[in-house]
Amino acid sequence: MTATTAPLTTAPERATRPPSARLRAWATRAPLMPALLFMIAVTQLPFVATLVISFFDWNALYPQARRFTGLDNYRQVLTDADLRHSVWTTVLLTATVVLASLVLGLVLALLLDRRFPGRGVVRTLLIAPFLVVPVAAALLWKHVLYNPEYGLFNGLLHYAGGPRPDWISGTPLLAVEASLVWQWTPFMMLILLAGLQSRDPEQIEAARVDGANDWQVFRHLTLPHLRRYLELGALLGSVHVVQNFDAVFTITSGGLGTANLPYTVYQSFYQAHENGLASAAGVLVVIGSIVIATFALRVVSSLFREEVSRA
Amino acid sequence: MSLIAVRARKHRGLGLGLAAWLVGIAFFLPIAWMALTSFHSEADAATSPPSFAASLTLDGYREFFGTGGGASPWPALVNSAVASVASTVLVLLLALPAAYALSIRRVRKWTDVLFFFLSTKMLPVVAGLLPVYLFAKNTGTLDNIWLLVVLYTSMNLPIAVWMMQSFLAEVPVAVIEAAQIDGARLPTVLARVVAPIALPGIAATALICFIFSWNELLFARVLTGVVAETAPVFLTGFITSQGLFLAKVCAASLVISLPVLAAGFAAQDKLVQGLSLGAVK
Repeated sequence: MTATTAPLTTAPERATRPPSARLRAWATRAPLMPALLFMIAVTQLPFVATLVISFFDWNALYPQARRFTGLDNYRQVLTDADLRHSVWTTVLLTATVVLASLVLGLVLALLLDRRFPGRGVVRTLLIAPFLVVPVAAALLWKHVLYNPEYGLFNGLLHYAGGPRPDWISGTPLLAVEASLVWQWTPFMMLILLAGLQSRDPEQIEAARVDGANDWQVFRHLTLPHLRRYLELGALLGSVHVVQNFDAVFTITSGGLGTANLPYTVYQSFYQAHENGLASAAGVLVVIGSIVIATFALRVVSSLFREEVSRA
Repeated sequence: MSLIAVRARKHRGLGLGLAAWLVGIAFFLPIAWMALTSFHSEADAATSPPSFAASLTLDGYREFFGTGGGASPWPALVNSAVASVASTVLVLLLALPAAYALSIRRVRKWTDVLFFFLSTKMLPVVAGLLPVYLFAKNTGTLDNIWLLVVLYTSMNLPIAVWMMQSFLAEVPVAVIEAAQIDGARLPTVLARVVAPIALPGIAATALICFIFSWNELLFARVLTGVVAETAPVFLTGFITSQGLFLAKVCAASLVISLPVLAAGFAAQDKLVQGLSLGAVK
């Protein structure tokens, strides 16, 4: 992961383009084409179809009654109390999980940035939660940790003489969020650790020689340096968590007010067969994602350009 | 710096190392507990308070693998293996030439192309779910594992293109040019010069694509039934409680997570580069 700043190829811009140059340009382009065409066909076309379907009143059980309704589906999605609630749930779930795992990930990255015996082992232990199949992780939390009768949490609370809450019924959204924070903290930690390790050690040493204490070094050198890594972690995390389906589906089956937009989309066409409504909700998820993605792409591109210019 | 300050720093260093160990163990505890429970008998797994020192047995695993009369997980595991491996191979076949055209012999506007790939990754799965479902229904490809292979390929291709272009860009141009001056043709250059440098990165890319395909639930849940069911879909059978079944759930979760844990630890050094789409090294 270190010393990867080998020189990038700096293809000289061809200023003059003789007739055979067009052929050569296509020869250069050819290796790219299969991947590009594949992506357009498999990811862009379905979205266009979703957009079109979202303007139709279309229940799959009554295919004859399909008709164009303009923005009616959107009006329904935005005025339906359940759907509006699922928009709010999505925002809350995403924000909570991303912020909590970012803060925890930062603490862990700072702890792991120092040398201590067994650092490699601790790093491996910390990555493990991210490497459990998401459905398996959700099952683990639902049955093995949260179970009020024989779950690990209440078992440990029992030894401490504490109460024995019913985690999922009592605080359903928090229950889903906690399991996701457990899985996403390692992701944040890995990105922030890479950020910490790309700091300039001479700069820190110089600050220390000038008498800066740990907090001052963190506040004025480390944190500004980490800013874009924090942004990157937050945005990539958001892009994933906003789409979360596995944890909501497994832990609460969308019940108890935990249905987020992806779950609602799934339910409205898979169980209620409301194709038009599902598509409108899907388009709304996309709009939300585009807002996040625009920022995400900007952060990635600034890191990327720095990488290219440094080389 | 005074001697006392150095000693204080050393003490605190020890304390922070210990803190790191404690947090590491706390994060790993649920997995350790899952592993332990999977080796307990169902009666011991469901005691209150939990039994830490109960005798160990393989009953949970026997039960999971269907010797107890339940549905066998093997078809689902095979389906997952086929979907993950086939889509990873397809991803590599498509991404390698593309990455070549984006790093070694670059097309014009190569950064725009890279960012197009990245932007598709930002498009939520639910955005295309219904059309894909309708397409599958009308073409008779519902419950067909090869449909998942195509979808998983599209899911992982952007990650692979980004990762591999950053790995191929690490191959020094001078070395390639030197080989060409010596009269080596393109296949030779690729095999002798590019491959040795880029191979670890390609392997890590493959492992990460494998993990994402193996984990995927939403497409598999909607598009497969009894024939093409994957391992995560098999796991959803455990969502509702079924009497005493904790050891079996733990065994199932662990067995199905093992390939991901193995692939993840194998790719540990390149994991962050893949997860951040090559933005962080």
